[in-house]
Amino acid sequence: MPSKEVLDWLRVDFFPHIWCPGCGHGIIMHALLRALASLGCEKERTVIASGIGCSSRMPGYIDACTVHTTHGRSLVFATGIKLANPELTVVNVMGDGDCAAIGGNHFIHACRRNIDITAVILNNSIYGMTGGQVSPTTPIGAYATTAPYGVIDPPFDLCNLAAAAGATYVARATVAQPQLIEQYIKKGIQNKGFSVVEVMTHCHTQFGRRNKLARPIDNINRFKQVSVTKAKADAMKPEELEGKIVIGEMMDRERPEYVEQYLRLIERARGQVA
Amino acid sequence: MAEVAFWQGNKAIAMGAIAGGCTFFSGYPITPSSEIAETLAEELPKIGGRFIQMEDEIGGIAAAIGASIAGRKAMTATSGPGFSLKQENLGLAYMAEIPLVVVDIMRGGPSTGLPTRVSQQDVMQARWGTHGDHATIAYAPSSVQECFELTIAAFNASERFRQPVIILGDEVVGHTREKIVIPDAGSYQVVNRKRPAVNPDDFVPYKPDLSDDIPPMASFGDGYRWHVTGLTHDDWGFPTDEPSEIETKIKRLVRKVNRFREDIVRYEVFYGEDAKVLIVSYGSVARSSLRAVREARQKGFKVGHFRPITLWPFPDEELQGLASQVDVVIVPELNCGQMLLEVERAVNGKAPVVGKSLVNGELFQPSDILSAIEEVA
Repeated sequence: MPSKEVLDWLRVDFFPHIWCPGCGHGIIMHALLRALASLGCEKERTVIASGIGCSSRMPGYIDACTVHTTHGRSLVFATGIKLANPELTVVNVMGDGDCAAIGGNHFIHACRRNIDITAVILNNSIYGMTGGQVSPTTPIGAYATTAPYGVIDPPFDLCNLAAAAGATYVARATVAQPQLIEQYIKKGIQNKGFSVVEVMTHCHTQFGRRNKLARPIDNINRFKQVSVTKAKADAMKPEELEGKIVIGEMMDRERPEYVEQYLRLIERARGQVA
Repeated sequence: MAEVAFWQGNKAIAMGAIAGGCTFFSGYPITPSSEIAETLAEELPKIGGRFIQMEDEIGGIAAAIGASIAGRKAMTATSGPGFSLKQENLGLAYMAEIPLVVVDIMRGGPSTGLPTRVSQQDVMQARWGTHGDHATIAYAPSSVQECFELTIAAFNASERFRQPVIILGDEVVGHTREKIVIPDAGSYQVVNRKRPAVNPDDFVPYKPDLSDDIPPMASFGDGYRWHVTGLTHDDWGFPTDEPSEIETKIKRLVRKVNRFREDIVRYEVFYGEDAKVLIVSYGSVARSSLRAVREARQKGFKVGHFRPITLWPFPDEELQGLASQVDVVIVPELNCGQMLLEVERAVNGKAPVVGKSLVNGELFQPSDILSAIEEVA
């Protein structure tokens, strides 16, 4: 049962939610709300943006300034919001389709700019809402409605992508580690720059039943079995890491933040006017 | 004392945007509209505004919508291929009722077409380019002066009606340099969106005022919490499957503009009173037409000119009144006959309507239109 502080962040009038019983997305929403509550964020100054898909319904249930945008585009809406009003705390939630497929370009450019937005990726390795089609994070060999003979193209490592593109805080957890999710989202929001928290979650309905993970608990157990901390992974060989999920903080560094740079640019432009 | 300048149309659109209250621009480079972005990249920071070059055309419109949700008057600008890319999020702004100005400086199409040459091939894309029903407001400037003034009008309309408004310029208007009289600040009206009058706990974000069918709009960050979505939604902004709520929402999106048609529609008539031949043209073509009409008058032909300034809503009733007194209507256009269909609808059989199409990347010469007049007169 969520705490009173967390319940206060929910639009319970709009429940029941649309997620399947046992879906991992609720674990992530709960972790996000615990993070927001414990950081003392104000609902009137907190923006939650989303794209399209199951993940995108999350903002509707959160009692804040929420925007449900188009597929893959939430980061660019969020960029406009943050640049328009830098006082706002902006969190962007998106699925693997939003982030790694249709919105991949926006993702790498948000990383490059290092704009002060926290992107939470709900990576369930499948297009759930549309009925179980393959996504850019579906593992090789897995089955999907559009990969009936098994996936042949390798998945993206979104944390590596984000780190390479310039994000300043990058971390990964699975829904089997809810405390880590909360901790990473908190650090992401506190980081002055673009933060990426990739959460491996499950879609037992669309991914699981085609891949011998039909019950929610099968997925949670699998996440527990295959999770390897970054510290351990650093000492492992690539072949030992096959099929594992590396969890932990992949990047934590400082780089100039975009909006701060823009506000300085305004000062320079105004100096020239005077 | 109004200042006189020698500006390009694209610069006049950029400066008109600032005059209309724009403090946010996001876009992506594309010929022949890039000067709008270049001007605003320089000018917006000077007034504390924001300019951002996005990674693509889609980001260009999406960031502008985000900025508008956060309370800024926002604009993006593009040309044909980019206008196509922006259509999905244009639809989101219609559905979520977010004020926004979108400039399309038309070039030849389809596809990459003629990047540096003029056309008027996007006039139907402006009306129906995004999927789903909505009302469209689109202005077609035909001079640098109008680029400035109609951009202010576009911001005013988008703020008043809570929806995107389109400036349909064309390459010739965008790149023509000519004299402009810059009106003094304060000499023109600047409209701002209606704000909620209730306290945040009583705010129903999509509950329209009965007087105008338009809901007051809060901004993210000003104390109100609300939900924005492209899904069909109820007065609370939440997705709905209830047929009566769906019907109410979509009908209102169309009605909130249509019921104020008289306030929006703009047109201009030259030599209308005794005209027997009527030219209907807009944008840069209207300039060739007007010259042709003057020359024809000198030759004794009774020719008039009707120029829709709003292509959407189309000034159909106004055109019909004039068409009932003429023998023939000629519609020169830089496309294969797009507004021709609207003119035929408006004229409604009162006079024959003849289309004159040019799609070779050039502007009509006045002599082209003069010979069309001589053929029918």
